[in-house]
Amino acid sequence: MIDKILEKVEKLDVQIKELESETAQVTRGLVKAVGSAQEVLEDTEVEREDWKAHNKEISKLKSMREYFLAECEHLTPEDRVFLARHSMRPHVDDFIEGLFTDFFEQKGDHLFDEDLSIYGGIAFFHGIPVTVLGHRKGHTMEDNMKYNFGMPCPEGYRKALRLMKQAEKFKRPIITFIDTPGAYPGVEAEEHGQGEAIAVNLAKMSQFHVPVISVITGEGNSGGALAIGVANRVLMLENAVYSILSPEGFASILWKDAQRKKEACELMKLTAGDLKEAGVCEEVIKEPIGGAQRNYKAVMREMDATIWKHLQELMKMSPNELKNDRQSKYRKIG
Amino acid sequence: MESLLNTISKSFVMRSFPGESQEIKNEEPEFVACKKCKRRSLKRNWIDNYYVCPNCGKYRSISASYRMSLIFDSGIYKEFNAHIKAADPMKFPDYAKKLEEKKKETGLEEAALSAVGKIGGYKTVVIALDSRFFMGSMSSVVGEKVTRAIEYATKKKLPLIIFSASGGARMQEGIYSLMQMAKTSAAIAEFHAAGGLYISYLTHPTTGGVTASFASLGDITLAEPGALIGFAGPRVIEQTIHKKLPHGFQKSEYLEAHGFVDKIVPRSEMRETLIQLLRLHVK
Repeated sequence: MIDKILEKVEKLDVQIKELESETAQVTRGLVKAVGSAQEVLEDTEVEREDWKAHNKEISKLKSMREYFLAECEHLTPEDRVFLARHSMRPHVDDFIEGLFTDFFEQKGDHLFDEDLSIYGGIAFFHGIPVTVLGHRKGHTMEDNMKYNFGMPCPEGYRKALRLMKQAEKFKRPIITFIDTPGAYPGVEAEEHGQGEAIAVNLAKMSQFHVPVISVITGEGNSGGALAIGVANRVLMLENAVYSILSPEGFASILWKDAQRKKEACELMKLTAGDLKEAGVCEEVIKEPIGGAQRNYKAVMREMDATIWKHLQELMKMSPNELKNDRQSKYRKIG
Repeated sequence: MESLLNTISKSFVMRSFPGESQEIKNEEPEFVACKKCKRRSLKRNWIDNYYVCPNCGKYRSISASYRMSLIFDSGIYKEFNAHIKAADPMKFPDYAKKLEEKKKETGLEEAALSAVGKIGGYKTVVIALDSRFFMGSMSSVVGEKVTRAIEYATKKKLPLIIFSASGGARMQEGIYSLMQMAKTSAAIAEFHAAGGLYISYLTHPTTGGVTASFASLGDITLAEPGALIGFAGPRVIEQTIHKKLPHGFQKSEYLEAHGFVDKIVPRSEMRETLIQLLRLHVK
């Protein structure tokens, strides 16, 4: 349903933008005319009418947009899955650009390969050096392919672990951004130990003595998400989802029918609200109406404030307290 | 003395044939057919051969309790945390009913059994998953039992052996199932930090969330011959890459060749191998 609404809204966006740029031209003309000679005043009369009509049209379109967006107040879990996967949703590279300064990218697992589906390095967050990393998806089909749709191979998880181990060594907080359909199911991935790579990350992350904050920004599916998500604080964007696997996979395993995705979405309790209730996620970060892709600036503002708040709290804890806090968080579940 | 007791425990086992009970019921009382080669053998021969087909060598799944009786001295062990009740955290339709059915059918409370006892004289904590109960999948109870057993081994400074047999996550428990991966892995990490010996023994099948957590974290990793071991299932991989999978893909032998298994240990040598490893580690 949300896809249809967004289609209409996006069409309106384009129309409004066009009209606004036209109006801006007219306005410029008016300003010029009023500022100059009398003889053009007759012409400007026409333009003034034009300008009024334009503005009326714009406000009409805007109220139409408001009307459609109001329907986005109440989203079904399936709608949220759609938004979580939206190609224009901000991803790890956008967050690094928007929230951090002085970013230095670190590449490779330094064992075998460079996995582009994990992107990360060192940067300043509010003046504090941190290790930041996450799943990289890209916004275009070309980039999607390059980054394997954000599905890491074992090399990606080992790269993430290499970066995080350095954070532990240099006592830097770790901030991870989770957005993945899952770990890549491929022959080489299995041959190189997909299960082992994830398992080791889970074990090691539980032992770190630095603050770890994970933000689920899009879809967080399966062990592929958890492998960089064993954190003191798990934050979720409002329309992000977090689950044992994709709703399609869930339906096909349980009912041998991937078409029953909608039903799966309802049953899986995968929305940010559900997970907060389950004690898996600590805070839900508000998104602009209609989804994060509609206003990056607003998302960054909310995200920045929330991460900073939690990081400040965590930085008051001693190294051992941080480790115990993380362990007891997961110990309590189930 | 020991061989006598072994015979006794075997004869005890003979009365209650472990494995896929439903299937066995429909067969002639004294003969059991192999799933792979279809040839029938005397029950007696199956038992003497540790439920490996006497004709073709195909491994039949065995129950957690039978495995315990095979490895502990004289087949004696003490089960603990037996009565952690299965929950239904997601209120998933029909799940509670299915749990009850499975309990009745298998006589098990859940898919994990935790025990302590002596193996070759060495006191050891053993966890075994039972594939008859929801394919040995990771539920909150499985995660909790495994974690408690690991914590017990950590506290008592005992060696730990885990026999994995799991289809992966328990779908009906959703995110709670996923979180068990973090919980059990964290417990193993603490166990390692305390200097304990953890032997991970992979049996058919070990996949998904269990592979991606405690099963892959052993100091020593052993595997039963011909077991399916992997993270993603073969069907999912085939659908993703649209190619036929290589011969023997994700089988124990394949994993050994790719560097993830220390040794493939036949069931008949399981106990001896474990005793050897305990001897090499326990001071």
